[in-house]
Amino acid sequence: MSHTKALIALEDGTLFNARAFAGRGEIEGELVFNTSMTGYQEILTDPSYRGQIVTLCYPLIGNYGINTEDMESYRPHAAGLVVGECSRVVSNWRANKSLPEYLEENGILGVDRVDTRAVTLHIRDKGAMKCVISTEDLDADSLVAKAKASQGLVGRDLASEVSVKAPMIWEPQNQKKTLRKVATIDCGTKYNQLRILQDLGCEVHVFPNNTSAEEILAIKPDGLFLSNGPGDPEGVMHTVSEVRKLIQTGLPTFGICFGHQLTALALGAKTFKLKFGHRGGNQPVMNLAKGTVEITSQNHGFCVDKDSLDPEIAETTHINLNDQTSEGLRHKTLPLFTVQYHPEAAPGPHDSMYLFHDFMKSMGV
Amino acid sequence: MPKRTDIKKIMLIGSGPIVIGQACEFDYSGTQACKALREEGYEIVLINSNPATIMTDPEIADRTYIEPITPEAVEKIIAKERPDALLPTLGGQTALNTALTVANMGILEKYGVEMIGANAEVIHRAEDRDAFKEAMKEANVETLISIQVHTLAEAMAAADKIGYPVIVRPSFTLGGTGGGTADNPEELREVATAGLKASLNTTVLIEESVYGWKEYEMEVMRDHKDNVVIICAIENLDHMGIHTGDSITVAPAQTLTDREYQAMRDASIRVMRTIGVETGGSNVQFAVDPKTGRITVIEMNPRVSRSSALASKATGFPIAKIAAKLAVGYTLDELPNDITRETPACFEPTLDYCVVKIPRFAFEKFTSTPARLGVSMKSVGETMAIGRNMKEAFQKALRGLERGIDGFDLKCEEIVADRPLEGLFATTSPDRIFRIKTEMKNGMTDEELYKRTHIDPWFLDMMRQICELEKRIQDAPELDADLMKEAKDDGFSDAQIAALRGKTHTEIRELRKSFGIIPNYRLVDTCAGEFEAYTPYFYSSYGETDESRPSTKPKIMILGSGPNRIGQGIEFDYCCVHTVMALRDMGYETIMVNSNPETVSTDYDTSDKLYFEPLTFEDVMNIYEKEKPEGVVVQMGGQTPLNLSVPLAAAGVPVLGTPSDSIDQAEDRERCRVLLDQLGLKQPQSATAKTVEQAVEVAKKIGLPIMIRPSYVLGGRAMMIAWEEADIIPYVKEAFKAGPGMPVLLDRFLDNAIEADVDVLCDSEDVYVGGVMEHVEAAGIHSGDSACCTPPYSLSPIIVDRIKDSCGKIALALKVKGLLNVQIAVHKGEIYIIEINPRASRTVPYLSKSTGIPLAKLAAQVSVGRTLRELDLPTLGTPNYHWYAVKEAVFPFNRFAGVDPILSPEMKSTGEVMGMDYVFEAAFWKAQIAAGQALPTEGTVFLSANDESKDWMTDLGKTLHDIGFSIIATEGTAQVLEEKGVPAERLFKLAEGQSPNIQDYMADGKVQLIINTPSSAISRKDEVKIRSEAILRGIPIITTKWGALPTIAAIDYINKRGWVVTALQEYFLAAPSGNKFR
Repeated sequence: MSHTKALIALEDGTLFNARAFAGRGEIEGELVFNTSMTGYQEILTDPSYRGQIVTLCYPLIGNYGINTEDMESYRPHAAGLVVGECSRVVSNWRANKSLPEYLEENGILGVDRVDTRAVTLHIRDKGAMKCVISTEDLDADSLVAKAKASQGLVGRDLASEVSVKAPMIWEPQNQKKTLRKVATIDCGTKYNQLRILQDLGCEVHVFPNNTSAEEILAIKPDGLFLSNGPGDPEGVMHTVSEVRKLIQTGLPTFGICFGHQLTALALGAKTFKLKFGHRGGNQPVMNLAKGTVEITSQNHGFCVDKDSLDPEIAETTHINLNDQTSEGLRHKTLPLFTVQYHPEAAPGPHDSMYLFHDFMKSMGV
Repeated sequence: MPKRTDIKKIMLIGSGPIVIGQACEFDYSGTQACKALREEGYEIVLINSNPATIMTDPEIADRTYIEPITPEAVEKIIAKERPDALLPTLGGQTALNTALTVANMGILEKYGVEMIGANAEVIHRAEDRDAFKEAMKEANVETLISIQVHTLAEAMAAADKIGYPVIVRPSFTLGGTGGGTADNPEELREVATAGLKASLNTTVLIEESVYGWKEYEMEVMRDHKDNVVIICAIENLDHMGIHTGDSITVAPAQTLTDREYQAMRDASIRVMRTIGVETGGSNVQFAVDPKTGRITVIEMNPRVSRSSALASKATGFPIAKIAAKLAVGYTLDELPNDITRETPACFEPTLDYCVVKIPRFAFEKFTSTPARLGVSMKSVGETMAIGRNMKEAFQKALRGLERGIDGFDLKCEEIVADRPLEGLFATTSPDRIFRIKTEMKNGMTDEELYKRTHIDPWFLDMMRQICELEKRIQDAPELDADLMKEAKDDGFSDAQIAALRGKTHTEIRELRKSFGIIPNYRLVDTCAGEFEAYTPYFYSSYGETDESRPSTKPKIMILGSGPNRIGQGIEFDYCCVHTVMALRDMGYETIMVNSNPETVSTDYDTSDKLYFEPLTFEDVMNIYEKEKPEGVVVQMGGQTPLNLSVPLAAAGVPVLGTPSDSIDQAEDRERCRVLLDQLGLKQPQSATAKTVEQAVEVAKKIGLPIMIRPSYVLGGRAMMIAWEEADIIPYVKEAFKAGPGMPVLLDRFLDNAIEADVDVLCDSEDVYVGGVMEHVEAAGIHSGDSACCTPPYSLSPIIVDRIKDSCGKIALALKVKGLLNVQIAVHKGEIYIIEINPRASRTVPYLSKSTGIPLAKLAAQVSVGRTLRELDLPTLGTPNYHWYAVKEAVFPFNRFAGVDPILSPEMKSTGEVMGMDYVFEAAFWKAQIAAGQALPTEGTVFLSANDESKDWMTDLGKTLHDIGFSIIATEGTAQVLEEKGVPAERLFKLAEGQSPNIQDYMADGKVQLIINTPSSAISRKDEVKIRSEAILRGIPIITTKWGALPTIAAIDYINKRGWVVTALQEYFLAAPSGNKFR
């Protein structure tokens, strides 16, 4: 494998040298960092990273290659991958290809020899920012100008880009039992959410995020699941209005991440952009009802303003112990609860699996 | 939930002496725990027999008992102190086992003491194999197929059922003592017998072998609200079958997908909950089949461990401190993360660097046992390094190991130049990685290497990348900036590059600096940079940004002692920590540099700044140039930093304390001889030789007996006494082998001399004598291995005064500014100077602890300019007190089957204990018990004397008979005993091949004490067999007159008077206030 020089330029003029280990060309996106030490395959294929270039804080990446089972969607969604050192060998019994091979196949630019800690500290201090990485244009001024000119995430509807294009039923061939029918509004769902629902006995109907409430209700679902997704929730107000209609029907509803934010918007609360987001597998979340802590997997740049939640309508059920931000809410009267973090893990800890069971209970299982 | 208010007084059990498997990591955890609990207002009662620990400093606990860690002592302390709770999870296996015994004896119930952290039931479930397997079934965690047995016959049957190869794992032991792998019934017979013996409850597990699987460890914490977090995952580079303490380990795990990692995390949490550890830290070990990913749990330790100390240093998460707080009722979310301050301790640390630990061994001291690794731990220390990639961390750790290598360099290959990578060498040698390098360069494929070594391909490729870069550096027409940067990114040291380019390391250093390539320092922050970190804990890398924030305050840099080894252990870390404390008190900013993860000095709380770096010239200079401290302390960390004194001073670094010329004067034999002559002090006649012939010639001049040793080696390596002319040539050859290219030193050996150690503090104008320590063993036994007593118990006051006077002269002549250690021999009323060490010595903590005068702290103040007068220390004064403190050495012989456990000029002990009492005999007895010599009060003694010791042995036999012991002996000894009217049962000699012999008696538990003097310098095989078997069976054995006489006197005394426990604080309170010194 030959390596090409690459340059990372940020909108504030900061530059980092790099070398391409997969893909060539020029990419743009919001540069973010993820602190997970494992799970690069799941991170790459998580649709929530649409429009983002992911820096992995842990510097040694690619060690265990890529396998067929740990895909979180049909393709990688991150615009690019920034790592310290990409392994040149693969060591794992399940691996069937290397990380560079996988990125090449999908035309994703991967760069290494980057001081990822320097990148992380910069983003931590200055916030997530627009970025361009190129193997073609190595001129600093030109690249910084491109970064400045690039589209940001705010107000953009990225969910529609990753949502299914037509309704579908999740892997009917693998359906072992069917206890309930669940409608999922796909804003960029991770497969593991669907896998878990199916394992628990749900027939999962996946709808594009521009589907109307009526169309969804037409299948007579027992419950509604609102998935994760990329970008700014305020960019998909069309989905929010359908969600509002759906929850008012009293349908048991469970939302994750973007789904949490859409629900909050539907309930009249506000969302805001975090300085650099929460991305990693070690975020402590306090379950306020139980008084115990769950170590959670997170990936979000936007957040629900928990003080904007009308206490008459809904209550905060979970908070992040690091910064006290909203991690979960429950409707006062309707069978509706959502969380900001990722109980389906993949990657990350499994501490919060109980939420899927709670959802089943809310559907009477 | 806030802390408990129903308990006020908590008792902690320490881990006792440093032994293989239990080292200073428990001082680190115990000290953290004591501080954490006192901070919460609890009263702390501590028992620990190891004086060289920070935790036994009288300021750390409210009541400090330096007493043997036995159930009996614990009961006495409980009865006296009446604590509300006992915390057994911070003092290693020793504390856990002792607490369990005390609980089973009903003592806790009797005195109403609650066990916190882990109760007896939990300990049982984690430690007892059947109970553990049952629990694992309940937790739905797979375990290995295994059968628990109590006899050899059961063991053989179990192995037949499981199928060979099997692993033998004794329960209730330290570091896997007595365990091993057996490929066939013959091997099993041997391994299982040893295992049954090593187990406290005669129980071993015969287990399916997972030899060659991948091994992982998880460090887990839980609070009483059932919050559970994983602090760190550690992957072993060495495969299953090599004890994790002996493995090269890496954090975080490198070759697990998230799915596998989370499965292991889930399993760890289930294990924690099912075993029922209510609060605190535990360690869970897993084996993973590299072919299928099958995960099985191997064991769990319901306590903090060596690995948790490593995990704390690797992540910045203070496991022991948090464990202590959880034990008294806090929950994880209530405790702050010290490093980030704003976020809670309830999270999982995430790393953005790679950590490598490499163990250090001492096989060269136990040559009659092969240098093989297995399930029983053998390493005596370890070093850790942090880097931005594994190559960097690995190479830093290798140079931090202080084995004379500068990384994964050319010299590594020389170490094993003649060892093919085959068989047991390929799978079990601690040096196999060096051979891998050669094979890689010779073209062996990773596939073949994996087949031979079971080392994961990912690690092999890491090594191969180093080899490839090495070649590029070697072959490059010019070493340009890009290549230099690449080399530094991958951890190549200046010296390593220099060797490849045929330059000196200073030339490379200059070239590198001319390119502007200097290291940056990064924070260990628990969170991969997500939050701002406040704790200044750094490692170097060649990254783009620097986080070191040098201040403008007056600051001093203290160099630590690197990995523990025999001859340089916890004592030096103690001195470094005390130096830091004293200098902090004086208002200096203190900067600690060390690479040993087990220590208190590498706790980020100890100094103002911690640099976790190897102690090499390059690494130290880099920090110096970044921080620009006012001075560097090299006197406290033993020989490691002292060796840097001259090069650092030459590079313009202000080295504090004794001038480096004086250090040279003390260490250079010729210059030292001239000095002593000028002072009118005697020393044994001596000479140096560069060839064998020359040695023989000078030996003739000096006369017999003669001590032969190599120069510039530590801990008396290959130091021998020739009693006969025939010994000279083989010994000289051995000495040349141990110190290749160095002259051999020959000294007249002073037979039957009394040896003494003296630690002196000098400000270059006045001298204070910290104490005179009289050795129990005669000269000829390494001072680190000899028991000793302060104040002297047999030397006359006149001699002691003359010793003090002589040491004072030396200190002044050398213009010592700080500490000086002098070793003295008193031979026929004359004082001889044996050795001068211009630095803190191994005895400083023991002496400080026994007198209450903190020598190292005082020395630190002197090194920055305070005078003894200012410190109120009288000239030639010594502390005045009315008790005896006996230090006894602790040996690792039980780890090295077949090794003759006799004492010699070569140091072999790993640790020490102290016995303190107002009566010498009681202090001596306590020291023996604390050192693990289970001295009997009644029963049978086996006496076996060589010709020279027949006289005193018969006298001793008479005493033993008079105080009620039965005596057994072989023919010769029995005969002389009977001549004196002492009845002795006769045993056959082993060589006679008949029963009963001493081995039968040992096996049947019919002998309680063995006194056996070696017949000649090279012991007869059957003697070795007796002694090493006694060690393995835990039967106390004494091999010298000097050890035997006080032992028997002590047994007699304790039989008649019994013994009491006394806290350090009680001794010091009772000390006369008017005349602190004499």
